[in-house]
Amino acid sequence: MLNPTRFDNALNTLGAWLLALLWLLPLLYAVWSAIHPSEFSARFDLLAPLTTDNFSKAWNAAPFPRYFLNTSALVLAILIGQIVLCTLAAYAFARFEFPGKDIAFALVLVQLMVMPDVVLVENYRTLHRLGLVDTLSAMALPYMASAFGIFLLRQTFKTVPRELEEAARIEGCGSFGVLWRVYVPLARPVYLAYALVSVSHHWNNFLWPLVMSNSVETRPLTVGLSVFASTDQGIDWGIINAATLISSAPLLLAFLLFQRQFVQSFLRAGIR
Amino acid sequence: MNTRRQSVTGWLLLLPAAVLLAAFTHYPALATFWHSFFTTPRANRSARFVGLENYELLLEDPVFWTALSNNAWYALGTILPSMALAIVMALWVNRQMVGRGWVRLAYFTPTVLPMIAVANIWLFFYTPDYGLLDQVRSLWGGAPHNWLGSQETALGAVVAVAVWKEAGFFMIFYLAALQQQSPELREAAALEGCNRWQFFWRVTFPLLMPTTLFVLVNAVINAFRLIDHIFILTRGGPDNASSLLLFYIYEVGFKFWDVSYAAALTVVLLLVLAVVALFQFGVLERRTHYQ
Repeated sequence: MLNPTRFDNALNTLGAWLLALLWLLPLLYAVWSAIHPSEFSARFDLLAPLTTDNFSKAWNAAPFPRYFLNTSALVLAILIGQIVLCTLAAYAFARFEFPGKDIAFALVLVQLMVMPDVVLVENYRTLHRLGLVDTLSAMALPYMASAFGIFLLRQTFKTVPRELEEAARIEGCGSFGVLWRVYVPLARPVYLAYALVSVSHHWNNFLWPLVMSNSVETRPLTVGLSVFASTDQGIDWGIINAATLISSAPLLLAFLLFQRQFVQSFLRAGIR
Repeated sequence: MNTRRQSVTGWLLLLPAAVLLAAFTHYPALATFWHSFFTTPRANRSARFVGLENYELLLEDPVFWTALSNNAWYALGTILPSMALAIVMALWVNRQMVGRGWVRLAYFTPTVLPMIAVANIWLFFYTPDYGLLDQVRSLWGGAPHNWLGSQETALGAVVAVAVWKEAGFFMIFYLAALQQQSPELREAAALEGCNRWQFFWRVTFPLLMPTTLFVLVNAVINAFRLIDHIFILTRGGPDNASSLLLFYIYEVGFKFWDVSYAAALTVVLLLVLAVVALFQFGVLERRTHYQ
């Protein structure tokens, strides 16, 4: 009785489809109200006129270009910092012997539990003392040394055969030459996966930037969107939903285009 | 390379990351602990050692207990349903079926959306009378209900958003695990005359155990960390009915600027995370094997 009957199969497919529809419903609803005039926001009339007004109103009502710029700069700064720092640290853990290595590695892993936003009050104090409140650096610095990135790259570097490293050394490469010519190129898919996860995480990050930024010049999209939705608009749902879609669009589009890579990356990044 | 040069190079490579980790993970964790024994420094007087006073305050603070119990219910309410749904989703899209790619896409999409954006959409969804939820209910004659504005439903409404956001993310881990299970198991079970229910509970589910434990740890951490939507949906209200621990820490630290009391609250959060870590290293690492 292990193989499902046709009826069973159809029932399961139907269930899967209904759940998928339910899962997309909030998003579809947002799209509906964003592309229709506000009197149709909650009235479902297939013949309702379409409009792009909500998008242009939202775009003009808040400094979205600036927010996009801020978020892009933030995400890029974090990614570059993470890749450089995590590569160096992972190389040390994977291929060097030094006193205190095991303890240092255990201390790195602590960050998997104690993320910078959990201890946000103390981190705010530190950055306040450094005079960095309301700067991009303050928003980026706590995330640059990522325990997760170090762990992921260390695992990857460990799978590289020693013979390749020895061959490179015979060719005259030093420690950095080996890293740059052997380890980094071989880990390219892992870098890609890590970059996708990091970018989508920090594009969506909210709490820490909320605490650290208090001006339009530094505010990223997520914080900008929350300010916009809570103060500027009253309750014109069409405009708020248009703004919501605008801020999610880049990631959503990237996801739709590179679905497989996204899912693979989240998976690779998750299974350690 | 000789050992001396090895250790020097090793430490130099590690140094930049170590400095930042120490500054933003280890130092604040210890400083939180330290500062929780002092008063909050104000403009006219500096911090004074008060021993356990902040903790005594905490034990008598009804809002803290509300936030903690809310967080426990929030954890319970998001973890079990999102994991159960994740398994069901994974089983469904692991079969051959029409439009499988689209269904997978639909399940996974909430994962890539910003929680803030998601919260805006759900806020609209929950709007009394006007929102989709009440419109659907009115088809069956249900009266309009203020989902986010009433004590009984606010926390549940927040839980639903988190389940919606997370289930698809957990699904991909189950899907990956299912795809690695050998089809021969199925044939063997068929020979034994096992039905599908038995097959799931005796073969599939036990084999998914490592994945379940991995997802569980992530889900527990998220239940204490993922609070972005609270800011948009309820701001912890009404009357703290949907306040969670980290949200309360944020309020105490950045609205009331009582950093010492916030430190004491953060210590509680760190203790919770420490328990999760002990569970992970105690149970998880021993009982499961990673490929």
